[in-house]
Amino acid sequence: MKRTLLISLVALLLVTAGHAISAQQQFGGAQLAVPEIPFDSVPNFLKLPDKMYLGEVPGVATNSKGHVFVYTRTGTMTATLGGSRVFTHNGSRLFEFDEKGAYVREIGVGIYGFLFAHVVRVDPQDNIWVVDEAANLVIKFDPAGKVLMTIGRKPESINVRNYEPPTPPAAPAGRGGGEGGAPAGGRGGAPATPPVVGAGVAGESFNRPTDVGWDAQGNIFVSDGYGNSRVVKFDKNGVFVKMVGHRGTGPLEFNTPHSLAMDAKGNVYIADRANNRIQVLDNDLNFKTQYLNVGQPWAVCVSPGAHQYLFSSNSNGIGNFDNGEIYKMELDGKIVGRFGEAGKQMKQFGSIHEIDCRNENEILVGELTNWRVQKLLLKAPSNSTK
Amino acid sequence: MRRVQGCLAVVVLLTATPLLAQSKAKVTNVPEIPYDSVANALKLPDNLYLGEGIGVATNSKGHVYVYTRSGATRLFEFDQNGTFVKEIGQDLYGFLFAHAVRVDKDDNIWAVDEGSNMAVKFDPTGKVLMLIGRRPEAVEGLEAGPPPGTPPPNAQPYALGRPTDIGWDPQGNIYISDGYTNSRVVKYDKNGKFLKSVGSRGAAPGQMNTPHSLQVDAKGNVYVADRGNARIQVFDSNLVLRAIYDHVGNPWTLCITPGPHQYLYSSNSYPDSNPAAARDITGEVYKMELDGTVVGKFGKAGKQLKEFSTIHGMDCRNENELWVSEITAWRVQKIVLHPQAAKPTSTSAAR
Repeated sequence: MKRTLLISLVALLLVTAGHAISAQQQFGGAQLAVPEIPFDSVPNFLKLPDKMYLGEVPGVATNSKGHVFVYTRTGTMTATLGGSRVFTHNGSRLFEFDEKGAYVREIGVGIYGFLFAHVVRVDPQDNIWVVDEAANLVIKFDPAGKVLMTIGRKPESINVRNYEPPTPPAAPAGRGGGEGGAPAGGRGGAPATPPVVGAGVAGESFNRPTDVGWDAQGNIFVSDGYGNSRVVKFDKNGVFVKMVGHRGTGPLEFNTPHSLAMDAKGNVYIADRANNRIQVLDNDLNFKTQYLNVGQPWAVCVSPGAHQYLFSSNSNGIGNFDNGEIYKMELDGKIVGRFGEAGKQMKQFGSIHEIDCRNENEILVGELTNWRVQKLLLKAPSNSTK
Repeated sequence: MRRVQGCLAVVVLLTATPLLAQSKAKVTNVPEIPYDSVANALKLPDNLYLGEGIGVATNSKGHVYVYTRSGATRLFEFDQNGTFVKEIGQDLYGFLFAHAVRVDKDDNIWAVDEGSNMAVKFDPTGKVLMLIGRRPEAVEGLEAGPPPGTPPPNAQPYALGRPTDIGWDPQGNIYISDGYTNSRVVKYDKNGKFLKSVGSRGAAPGQMNTPHSLQVDAKGNVYVADRGNARIQVFDSNLVLRAIYDHVGNPWTLCITPGPHQYLYSSNSYPDSNPAAARDITGEVYKMELDGTVVGKFGKAGKQLKEFSTIHGMDCRNENELWVSEITAWRVQKIVLHPQAAKPTSTSAAR
């Protein structure tokens, strides 16, 4: 009886814990007996010119030459008063460093779409892609830094108002997210079924998108995001193909799909953060499986090569030192090892937001709260476990 | 300029803008005009980026002016080969949110800004010659918009409400489509003195629902892209309604060619929210006689060259070399038409 009650309580907690921290504590760090992977952090890897500062580093990625791209929230997003509207500018910058960490240049100076950085990724042709959460944009630059494609559109005007915490349980906001969203109908009275939240509108109407990836054919996959709760597939020319998902906890439902990675077969790995799981989708966005044993995934990365690995960061939340470790996994979810912890020193992590794993033993991580990029050199796993 | 700094302690909320209802054009059996897009028609210097391609226009020498929503709203000049020449109006008080650029017969450059509610006239060297409208005083904060569903207040002679476009008749009188907040066309004399206006919010003949673009023909007739009503309204130079063309979809931008035989181009642009549902029924540009008879069409929605992602500005000083600026692809394309190669269809386009 007691046991039943306890289980029910735990289940209730899990269901109602929309906010990560409590859920995270429930799941803790995951399975037992995970080997620790020893590692070092390279001191002063990125050399910034004088008077140039990184802010929060949500995005870090490398290209085929080892150049490092950092998409950082720095300076201030500025809102200018128009007649009846405000217009927003600035807030994020994109820097390039060479393989030794020497500063090369800035890309996208004064560009329209850099408001609130979320990730940067580099595709197999070395094109540089950024996802901006506030501008609702995915922007593709060629290796020289020219704009090749945009997907989505920056809102013409953004209202800035005081933060109001959501009142749990979060009542569905009525509309499907994005710009408009809910299907027509139901105007005359209460709809028969609860409105679907976060499904978005077929097309590009992103609502705070989070990440981008590509399959071998060049199809584009976008996780979208905080406002919507869906994954969208476009062809290589940016033509909408398909979307799946809405807010929820079941298969193909998401609660902040926060990071996305692709394997060589075109499977899609989604860090379904507040649901404490990685969902694996096939190339047509059908549900394949889910991994529930790696805490709360903030950032995922799949290494290249014949034997691919999946890295996932159980990042510490803002304002705590809980967890913080990165898991190295086989693509089937089997955990190979783990490394790292939350903190502010070298070899500790402050809310890792993106992982680059082009070299499976030389990992770059971008940290929100430590305003830095660390280059991590992994060594052979030791026998010690945690 | 007063600025509000958003910091991390606030949540950024997106203004929900309703999906624009974009309609399939009624006209059928329209001949396709073969065309090409010139690759890299504009050469931008390093670290200079176009943002949304809002306005594009050429002058008598073929120089190209691009009014873009970049980090800030900016106006760039390129020569006839597409080489960057200079920026005009850097940090100008009236540049807030670009809407249109047009060049008059004397090569003066006019920018219409829907953020500052102004039309700014520059001489060919880039000096400010005249202003119409006034940027709202920032010290008073944001203006409260009228509650949804209520008609806007009566438009004032010299106050524009998110104006959209500008044109001139042979006497130099100035016509402004005004705009998102007002719903009218205003006529000023060549010195900027208010003469007359026509229009209010609505769908009846002479009323407007976002007059989004405007052109004037050689006789002084005024063509207004009444976008939300999916029609072009034609007024004479006294602003008396003369004709309505409702067969070419939702006109986003208009352009009238010069010369003895003038043509009217109208773009049924792909909506800027990029909905998949509108992709196959929008994106094309119509070429018409001034009486509304459709001659041909070209283009389709998309992000590749020769495809259009929400055309917002169009220049047709040369009837077969058009410049189009696109919102969502952040670019300007130079389109070369090959009308002589057009294949007539079995039924000629009726109108």
